Amino acid sequence: MEIDPFIFRLSIFILSIFVGYYVVWSVTPSLHTPLMSVTNAISSVIIVGAIIASLSGDGERIFTSSSIYGFLAIILAAVNIFGGFLVTQRMLAMYKKKKKDK
Amino acid sequence: MSANLSAILYLVSGVLFILALRGLSSPETSRQGNLFGIIGMIIAISVTFLSVGNFSSGFIYVLIFLIFGGSIGAFIAYRIPMTAMPELVAGFHSLVGLAAVFVAISAFINPEAFNLGIPGNIKLASLIEMAIGAAVGAITFSGSVIAFLKLQGIMSGAPITFKGQHYLNALILISLVGLTYYLCSTQSSYLFWTLIAISFLIGFLIIIPIGGADMPVVISMLNSYSGWAAAGIGFTLENTALIITGALVGSSGAILSYIMCKGMNRSFFSVILGGFGGTEQSTNNQNKEQRPVKSGNADDAAFLMKNASSVIIVPGYGMAVAQAQHALREMVDTLKKNGIKVSYAIHPVAGRMPGHMNVLLAEANVPYDEVFELEEINNDFANADVAFVIGANDVTNPVAKTDPQSPIYGMPVLDVEKCKSVLFVKRSLSPGYAGIDNDLFYKENTLMLFADAKKMTEDITKNL
Repeated sequence: MEIDPFIFRLSIFILSIFVGYYVVWSVTPSLHTPLMSVTNAISSVIIVGAIIASLSGDGERIFTSSSIYGFLAIILAAVNIFGGFLVTQRMLAMYKKKKKDK
Repeated sequence: MSANLSAILYLVSGVLFILALRGLSSPETSRQGNLFGIIGMIIAISVTFLSVGNFSSGFIYVLIFLIFGGSIGAFIAYRIPMTAMPELVAGFHSLVGLAAVFVAISAFINPEAFNLGIPGNIKLASLIEMAIGAAVGAITFSGSVIAFLKLQGIMSGAPITFKGQHYLNALILISLVGLTYYLCSTQSSYLFWTLIAISFLIGFLIIIPIGGADMPVVISMLNSYSGWAAAGIGFTLENTALIITGALVGSSGAILSYIMCKGMNRSFFSVILGGFGGTEQSTNNQNKEQRPVKSGNADDAAFLMKNASSVIIVPGYGMAVAQAQHALREMVDTLKKNGIKVSYAIHPVAGRMPGHMNVLLAEANVPYDEVFELEEINNDFANADVAFVIGANDVTNPVAKTDPQSPIYGMPVLDVEKCKSVLFVKRSLSPGYAGIDNDLFYKENTLMLFADAKKMTEDITKNL
């Protein structure tokens, strides 16, 4: 009997939870705020679903009842992607070590 | 682009996201980590464009909306003050949640576009995944909106509780499961919309009873939810990048919630069930007589610190509210010029989100190797001359170690009272978010400085 592809995806999912578990425990507590903003940014990869949804219209009509939801989701996810990565960048740029000459 | 190639590239972007989180293990590698994250995102988006392969006029609109949303996001990212980070993160979580709901709705209306079957006859597994993604997304959305309103001060931070709340929530959760079951057997769009509406409601209901002090847990929890929502949609779309990311974000948020709960010595469930600070307050204020408090001014504080050889700063949410981090850094600079050793002690739940204080100090150019976590520095208080508590309260309360009756008993606290003298900057003697009196105020070696944190710090600097 062939294995359902769902099982493969489930395996990826479960293993990723474990990867996430160990990777996140190694994050230093002083960077927990950037961790939240960057996880927020990467979870916006949901935009791939939004893109597929928004390009689902047939050739003539771009805006169908389903593609409109896709376009809305693109806006929301794009706010998050740009906002999340840039604010993380801004925060991380502020973390500096003690100057040597002190 | 072939399906196999795009699947591999999605995997690559998933791995890049893992590396992005991995980079955060130290500030030196963190910037590189963020870059990996950005590359991963660019790959994921480009692959999606290429695999859909539909470069009709719809494609132009996708780009327009992408740039439109992106510029809003970039604008917010550059303008937001660091003190408003908790609100920002809560707001961003709500967007992920809502985006997940929209994608699920779109897939339900037009399943052919996603190869999930035809309307009215969607594959069973896809329908379940879609329902989970939509429900969790909706909960994330409404929960984050409430958290945002509470953090922003638009809504009172006080917990809102009513009789039968837990029964109502339990009932709604059970009805969600029932609805999903009927949705699968009937494929009715009415049921799908009802499911989403009820999920919005439950998100709202589970966050309103949670008080201001528990916000760090709530934000981490919503972070986790947004991940599970993304994973749910990832299963629907059969997309590896989304599944990996969802699992990463989900476990990241869960770990942060755990760390925050531990920092408050509270079980996850008691936080979720809410109502902290509302009920205990009344019982605690009853048998309290006026106790003597020593209070001083900036001059006294400056004198104490000038004669100290080591000072430990304990910042808390009050520092963020008063925007006192820059004034604080200037004070510390002056102290250092006088040859005084200064370090910072940060409690895990100081502020309104994990790591909130660290970001503010970093913003004020405080080197991160002068900033220490609770376990690293707690033994040093006994050897320090002055502890300067600015905007923190409950996390310094010795009651947590001495009084088993106290609601915060057992919570790890900073041993501030072991210092030779304690300077406590606060506006009044009012209790903190846990609604209990701080014994530290009445200790012999404590000098209360009643003033706005920023103003007091500036005054001390002048007097040094």
